[in-house]
Amino acid sequence: MNGILGKKLGMTSVFDERGEIIPCTVIEAGPCVVTQLKTKETDGYEAVQLGFDEKKKNRATKPEAGHAAKANTVPHRLVREFRTAPEGLKLGANITVEIFRKGEKVKVSGTSKGKGFQGVVRRHHFGGGPATHGQSDRLRAPGSIGSSSYPSRVFKGQRMAGHMGNTRTTVYNLTVVDVIPESNLLLVRGPVPGAINSYLQVQKLSRDRAWK
Amino acid sequence: MDKIALIEARQLKTNITQFHPGDSVNVHFRVVEGDKERIQQFQGVVINRRGSGLRETFTVRKVSNGVGVERIFPLHSPRIAKIDLVRQGRVRRAKLYYLRSLSTKSIRQKTSA
Repeated sequence: MNGILGKKLGMTSVFDERGEIIPCTVIEAGPCVVTQLKTKETDGYEAVQLGFDEKKKNRATKPEAGHAAKANTVPHRLVREFRTAPEGLKLGANITVEIFRKGEKVKVSGTSKGKGFQGVVRRHHFGGGPATHGQSDRLRAPGSIGSSSYPSRVFKGQRMAGHMGNTRTTVYNLTVVDVIPESNLLLVRGPVPGAINSYLQVQKLSRDRAWK
Repeated sequence: MDKIALIEARQLKTNITQFHPGDSVNVHFRVVEGDKERIQQFQGVVINRRGSGLRETFTVRKVSNGVGVERIFPLHSPRIAKIDLVRQGRVRRAKLYYLRSLSTKSIRQKTSA
């Protein structure tokens, strides 16, 4: 198995063997249950579906309950799949943090914190306008958004103010600082997307993404 | 938060010398040079303690050859061999940043017990 589901618990820092401070995020990762195995024959692609964070039975819809019953487990709040070959895995199997090793590189995906409607300075790191030389109301303005009579329109993809954050974000090449199987905790170096208590997917890096 | 406290508890030191802002301390700090390790001492007045748990730090200020030097140490750092309490001070503030603009003599007066 190459990934696990988890929940962001917050950040702290720990000391490494050399006494250096390492800032890290604490993730409650797993235990997850294999809820479905997708194969080339039946689904057209290979994947392993995991469930995390158990849900009360009376809170689950009938389809959710039925889907969980197929894997002989209870319904879960978060169900996600990972594109990997389900070699040796059985329905209802448990996946724990022990799939990760200290020092390994991972990527972490989640929903970033919503920032609301933001201007171009915050959203796209525009420089804004000059503060002096007779300028008024130009300090955080976007400037020109295109040419005039030709093309007489604004090109698609022109960066403007708008909603920022609350999107799926992935951070690559985070180092696993520690794995604590007894309490299902995973420590990765640096920040990860999302607020405290938000759900995360932690995955081992595929080779093409590994940064050397 | 309790699970984060659990992680921090593994590295928390239990036998730390008690000291407060205003006290004079001598910090014995391990310095690694190549493959050799030696202890470096830094003696001065504690002007700040901040943070909690494993992330607590303190600032020590001393005047060395007429130049003010401040160093921030993580309280629970494994690199701190020991902290000696040299002199207890009596101050009425938690952060003693005003000592920066005082002379050595008035610092002594301000922090004397």
